Amino acid sequence: MTMERIPILRMGNYLLVTIQVDMHDRLAMQLQEDLTTRIAKDQARGVLIDISALDIVDSFIGRMLADIAGMSRVLDAQTVLVGMQPAVAITLVELGLSLPGVRTALDVERGMKLLEQSIDDQTFATRAHEDDGPGGES
Amino acid sequence: MATRLPELIRKYQDSLLAEWIAEQRAALSRKLIKESELEEQCSAFLRAVGQGASSGDLTTLDGAAWKDMKELLTTVSRTRGQAGYSPSETAMFVLSFKKPLFARLGKDLPAAEVAAEQWTATVLLDQLGLFTTEMYQRAREEVIVRQQQDMLELSTPVVKLWDGVLALPMIGTLDSARTQVVMETLLQRIVETGSAVAILDITGVPTVDTLVAQHLLKTIAAARLMGADCIISGVRPQIAQTIVHLGVDLGNVITKATLADAFALALQRTGQTVVRVAAPRRKKPKETGKDRKDHE
Repeated sequence: MTMERIPILRMGNYLLVTIQVDMHDRLAMQLQEDLTTRIAKDQARGVLIDISALDIVDSFIGRMLADIAGMSRVLDAQTVLVGMQPAVAITLVELGLSLPGVRTALDVERGMKLLEQSIDDQTFATRAHEDDGPGGES
Repeated sequence: MATRLPELIRKYQDSLLAEWIAEQRAALSRKLIKESELEEQCSAFLRAVGQGASSGDLTTLDGAAWKDMKELLTTVSRTRGQAGYSPSETAMFVLSFKKPLFARLGKDLPAAEVAAEQWTATVLLDQLGLFTTEMYQRAREEVIVRQQQDMLELSTPVVKLWDGVLALPMIGTLDSARTQVVMETLLQRIVETGSAVAILDITGVPTVDTLVAQHLLKTIAAARLMGADCIISGVRPQIAQTIVHLGVDLGNVITKATLADAFALALQRTGQTVVRVAAPRRKKPKETGKDRKDHE
């Protein structure tokens, strides 16, 4: 049996994941594993997850999405979730999973812009702190 | 003892009809239906009584014999309800028949039988009267249900205010069913128009309780998941007080006092500005409504 995988594409400093198939639990776990490895290996600054083709979610997938965002943050990469369908959004809210820590955007283009913007901000903030000289907050 | 009611009604049909109609004319001060219609309904009623009584059972309206009667009363109560008669006026249609009928019973029957026959007639006519009232009420309820559905469809328009800015003017009380519709239409329109900002205007919402607030928060959370920001506008002072007193946590939802304020913020968020057209004395009218500029 071949192992199904969700492809993770690299675009410069960012990783792009488009979920085009029905998510099942094994696949979700595999994605979590692959993505964290890739973030560390490629030293990615941002992750863009496109779920526009996903029209059914359950609580497990919802939690997985929140977890991925949390893990990326720990690995110093921003996560943006784009293209969520209305039905999926309603389901997640009804399940009580409003993914508070996850950034969202309407489509890939806007998501990319958001990612660039937030990373710019961060870089700027870091530089500002560096200017403070040693002893400043990192 | 077999009742002689049906026989009597058939025999004196014409005189009963005339007296009954006179009775109704006296009882109803308002003339909301036509004379001919009234007469027709009355004679149809007498025919239906005869038919129903042929089953021999005058104590219950169940059974096929009373089918015509029920249909007639349904029509009568519906038309009278539409004409503007009150429920009691509608029930009077049936109940006013008692007087001429009882008078006839008293005249024609031996004294010993009168009481028993009167009782049978009362039971029957009361049942018919109640049935009429019930039908009247049912017709009213149907109207209410239909209006509720109409309101549900009418009251949730999602309007596009500007490129990338949607507005949802909410009017009337928000309940679960309505919020569901509101949420679905809003999210659908966000996808269709690719709008990044949606303004929920609650100027027309009379009260906000914990349930309504929860519904609003759910809608906002769902929109956020899709990548659109929501702004609540039209919060009146009383509502602001209620929200705080109830301890509703609006969290990091942006609220504005008026739709105009919310719109200004929305434009800022989407990186757009509205500028006044250049001074009017210059003879070149320029329709620069908006001036896009990049995010800062």
